[in-house]
Amino acid sequence: MGLATATRDWIDARFPMTKMWDDHLAKYYAPKNFNFWYYFGSLALLVLVIQIVTGIFLTMNYKPDANLAFASVEYIMRDVEWGWLIRYMHSTGASFFFVVVYLHMFRALMYGSYRKPRELVWLIGMLIYFALMAEAFMGYLLPWGQMSYWGAQVIISLFGAIPYVGDAITLWIRGDYVIADATLNRFFSLHVIAVPFVLAALAVVHIIALHEVGSNNPDGVEIKKNKDENGIPKDGIPFHPYYSVKDIVGVIFFLIIFSLVVFYAPEMYGYFLEPPNFVPADPMTTPEHIAPVWYFTPFYAILRAIPDKLGGVIAMGLAVGILFLLPWLDRSPVKSIRYKGMLSKIALFLFIISFIALGVLGVLPAEGIYVLLARIFTAIYFLFFLLMPIYTKLESTKPVPERVTM
Amino acid sequence: MKRIILALTLLLPSFAFAAGGGMKLMDAGTDLSDYASLQNGAKLYVNYCAGCHSLEYMRYNRIGQDLHLTDEQVKENLMFSGGKIGDTMTIAMRADDAEKWFGKAPPDLSVIARSRGVDWLYTYLMTFYVDESRSTGMNNLVFKDVGMPHVLWELQGLKKAVHHDDGHGHETVELEYIDSADAAKEAEYRRTVRDLVNFLDYVGEPAKMQRYDLGWKVIAFLFFFLIVAFIMKKDFWRDVH
Repeated sequence: MGLATATRDWIDARFPMTKMWDDHLAKYYAPKNFNFWYYFGSLALLVLVIQIVTGIFLTMNYKPDANLAFASVEYIMRDVEWGWLIRYMHSTGASFFFVVVYLHMFRALMYGSYRKPRELVWLIGMLIYFALMAEAFMGYLLPWGQMSYWGAQVIISLFGAIPYVGDAITLWIRGDYVIADATLNRFFSLHVIAVPFVLAALAVVHIIALHEVGSNNPDGVEIKKNKDENGIPKDGIPFHPYYSVKDIVGVIFFLIIFSLVVFYAPEMYGYFLEPPNFVPADPMTTPEHIAPVWYFTPFYAILRAIPDKLGGVIAMGLAVGILFLLPWLDRSPVKSIRYKGMLSKIALFLFIISFIALGVLGVLPAEGIYVLLARIFTAIYFLFFLLMPIYTKLESTKPVPERVTM
Repeated sequence: MKRIILALTLLLPSFAFAAGGGMKLMDAGTDLSDYASLQNGAKLYVNYCAGCHSLEYMRYNRIGQDLHLTDEQVKENLMFSGGKIGDTMTIAMRADDAEKWFGKAPPDLSVIARSRGVDWLYTYLMTFYVDESRSTGMNNLVFKDVGMPHVLWELQGLKKAVHHDDGHGHETVELEYIDSADAAKEAEYRRTVRDLVNFLDYVGEPAKMQRYDLGWKVIAFLFFFLIVAFIMKKDFWRDVH
């Protein structure tokens, strides 16, 4: 018996190493018909790792102090060896995290990956999305530029709309009467320790829950219903090596796109790094136009579409919250959009259009025709969910095949 | 390019519109690979700007390294008040004095090219005009009632604002030389401003020089790796039907 085998057996007698390897990789059977949309799960994990590793190095050089923060970011950009690369990977990574997660969620919407028995996978994923928004919001305060400061000011003031306790809550969040050093310190702590810890833990739980029920696929067929004599799904292939080698292709393709942005357009024309954020935070001067970073703009547009402040805050909360209910709103007998009827296809199309349109409107000033458009698209956004129990039941669906199609 | 400009103007209304009155910005035409321009810009900066505007995050020797100047050249041409070669480019003027003299302390310009953009800076330096109502005697088309005097006026000559009305209530403003002989300096002045803005663009992000150079190498490596990974995937997947 070789040393490697002996070591493995020694560990296996004390820790389920081989068992875990088999359960989650070598003997985890995934449907063989994954398409392009199935790359984004592993890519989300990759971006999480990029953010954690670059974040560790940024934390070594960043100073969470209202008087030093802005200068320390410039210090990282200029005097720290490879600091500019680490910082751009982190700032670009934040935006790409949302790109990847939005595409990952769109995949779930298309193929009904939230349907029974995967409701918990979806709910845990939604918690990850929620934590990610908190993480991104608090991270954006840290460079301590004008947009960091006033963006945080706008978002925190939303809590002030809550009746009776609103002002007390905003004061409690800020730790001061305005956004100040105390706010920066606590956001730093939450951004580098608390939320990443939650994110990493939820990512593990997300994968464990997924592997318990098995992956969905573009046909929405349960591959576990068709097993061979060894109990292995006929349409399943081991995740490793099949999907590990396939995901490597996806990872490299992603890294090429990622590198194009990091090296040639890290500001992404003002969408990833906003120009006003290169002016140090100044509590005495309000920028004329405060726009959140692009990944929040759909919800920001919904907030502004409602004429009443409290109403806007509630609508924004519901816009995220309603996604949690998705598994119980969809009453279709089939999972995948491939076999759903025309109504579901039109509804999903309109939903995507309205989400993108709201994203664009959230960047633009809320005036004139934009207000009306934001209201129309907000209505479509909510109707997609509220009418779902009706249109998914009403339409006639196509027959679902017994086995997956390649 | 048009879409990029559109995107920028959408994101920069506070600057482009509030400060510029919606005026179309001129094209700075800067080029970070033009070292002669960058070196000239550095020299212009220390001669005309560095009295009031610090570059707190920029070190003298870093400029030397990036713009192909020796430490001796940097000391001789860019450092007038002594100090160490590794110092950052601070100023002697105290902030509270500056506020008394100009109404507002002149801002640090380390990252000004990143917040304002090169085209704005170029247009700003091109569009000073005489306005007797201002304490400095000067005003600006993109930065209304700016506190800064036109420090480059000797290089440009003085201009006055001429208002045109198209008869439909739409008014445009154009700048004309007060002394038409100054028009001969126009091309030279444009080059001067371009060099200065080019230098500020470099100062805004010295790493730009490195990242442009490194980026294509990283991407070329990834492309090679992509081919290898793709062949490997094809090979592993031969038996999946």
